[in-house]
Amino acid sequence: MAIDLKTVKHISKLARISVNDEKAKKLEKDLNSIFKWIEQLNELNTDKVEPLTSIAETKLRLRKDKILSENIRDEILKNSPKDNKDYFVVPKVVE
Amino acid sequence: MSNITDLSLNELVNNVKSKKISSKEITKAYVERSKKSNKLNTYIERTFDNALKNSEKFDNSPNLEKKLPGIPFAVKDLFCTKGVKTTASSKILENFIPTYESTITQNLWDAGAILLGKLNCDEFAMGSSNETSYFGNVISPISDNLVPGGSSGGSASALAAKLTPATIGTDTGGSIRQPASFTGTVGLKPTYGSCSRYGIVAFASSLDQAGPMTRNVKDCSLLLEVMSSFDPKDSTSVDFKRPNYYTGLNKNIKGKKIGIPKEYRVDGMPKEIDKLWEKGKEYLKDCGAEIVDISLPHTNYALPTYYIVAPAEASSNLARYDGVKYGLRADGENLIDMYEKTRSQGFGEEVKRRIMIGTYVLSSGYYDAYYLKAQKVRKLIKNDFDDVFKKVDAILTPSTPSSAFKVGEKSNDPVSMYLNDIFTVPVNLAGLPGISIPAGLDKNNYPLGLQIIGKPFDEQNILNIAYSMEEKINFKFNIKDWWIK
Repeated sequence: MAIDLKTVKHISKLARISVNDEKAKKLEKDLNSIFKWIEQLNELNTDKVEPLTSIAETKLRLRKDKILSENIRDEILKNSPKDNKDYFVVPKVVE
Repeated sequence: MSNITDLSLNELVNNVKSKKISSKEITKAYVERSKKSNKLNTYIERTFDNALKNSEKFDNSPNLEKKLPGIPFAVKDLFCTKGVKTTASSKILENFIPTYESTITQNLWDAGAILLGKLNCDEFAMGSSNETSYFGNVISPISDNLVPGGSSGGSASALAAKLTPATIGTDTGGSIRQPASFTGTVGLKPTYGSCSRYGIVAFASSLDQAGPMTRNVKDCSLLLEVMSSFDPKDSTSVDFKRPNYYTGLNKNIKGKKIGIPKEYRVDGMPKEIDKLWEKGKEYLKDCGAEIVDISLPHTNYALPTYYIVAPAEASSNLARYDGVKYGLRADGENLIDMYEKTRSQGFGEEVKRRIMIGTYVLSSGYYDAYYLKAQKVRKLIKNDFDDVFKKVDAILTPSTPSSAFKVGEKSNDPVSMYLNDIFTVPVNLAGLPGISIPAGLDKNNYPLGLQIIGKPFDEQNILNIAYSMEEKINFKFNIKDWWIK
């Protein structure tokens, strides 16, 4: 199935990546060529095949609910894109 | 004594242990050579001064029991290093300084190794030529217009140019084996669950594995032994008794059955690769192994499957880059606008393309047609391998369908770039171990590799086969120091 410009804009909205019209057109072309190539999977009948979700066959392990890194707030906040001492700053969310 | 940087990893280790060379001498030699090699653009972050200090520290109270005593290492910039900038070659992480250490690098330091710096790679490991890096493409030491492969391109280039005695990469669809093949070096992708993923910037979590990149098979076995460990911090790390790959290395492969999959003879593959493959079979027979023709019927479907599964996982993994707690932030009119602008400015074209593919195949109405379909085909691909491994001990294939290509040659056509990983991707989908070793040169004198694929957790076996073949192949390849300034 072909991916049109409207779909590209919709996906970019879902992916939270803004694209301008020029970029969207380029993506439309790229995605169509990639998906045309991907379509070959439809040659295979997979009705009776179980999907493989993980290679690791082990069950997920439980761990102790224990704090391993303490007092690293300042270090963590150093990577924050907006300068502040005590918390992360974001644009106003609630009016 | 010959030049320090000409010695292989295991030779360096032996020389340190027998007190013939100090850590400082080795570190100094690599720092000096690295400083003269900016033209290759392998380093993103240099920690040379610290490395020299740490080598002195090592020499002052040397622990010669360690497996990598005072040996300097430059590593792919996808491994988080505490207090040292880790960018994944992306603008969005340009200034990110991790507060923790990846388990793999911690294993290296615990074994006595010293960090030299962080190496360039494709952005978020998405690429096969190291051309998607925000910090510019890496040049192969083989020629000034040649790509080193990718995504561990900086690692492969630095290794081949002797800027580090050995290095580590990550491999999601071929990112260790393809650049190893392109640069005439050895690269191993371990079984999924062998090496911890903790602290590695995530790309596609069901496929990602870290692995060693070295100048020869012996070094590879030593480095794998240091890297592989059970790690409770990685929920998919497998708890099994890890053998001593280094001391266990031997050339006795008599009676081993090696499969040759007919589907790996693809259209348009250069004759030289076919010839090398034939030669590889002869070498194995000389070593007493038995060649068995096999079929992996779903091979052709591996790449399209990969290009659904990997972008789907990537789109989910990369959702964390929102400009809130770390990384780049672009100002916006409101929160959503900030997210969209941050991600638009922070990610490069290939990363955006893959996030878009992943978002599309996971979106409402398309999940069954694409993602579920791909997971089912992935099962068929794994079944192919399960079936043949009832009959053979390992599989021999070419590593790549071509030798290294020129900078810019494939960067405008995503699908032709993706086809580069045709022989490596099935191994990731099935979670198997695979090693690429240099096997010869093509008509341009560019290296070509052969790949040995093993059963799950049978790394010792593929290392032994590679070790036996390496002796027979006797690959000699001298790279001229044209880039040194």
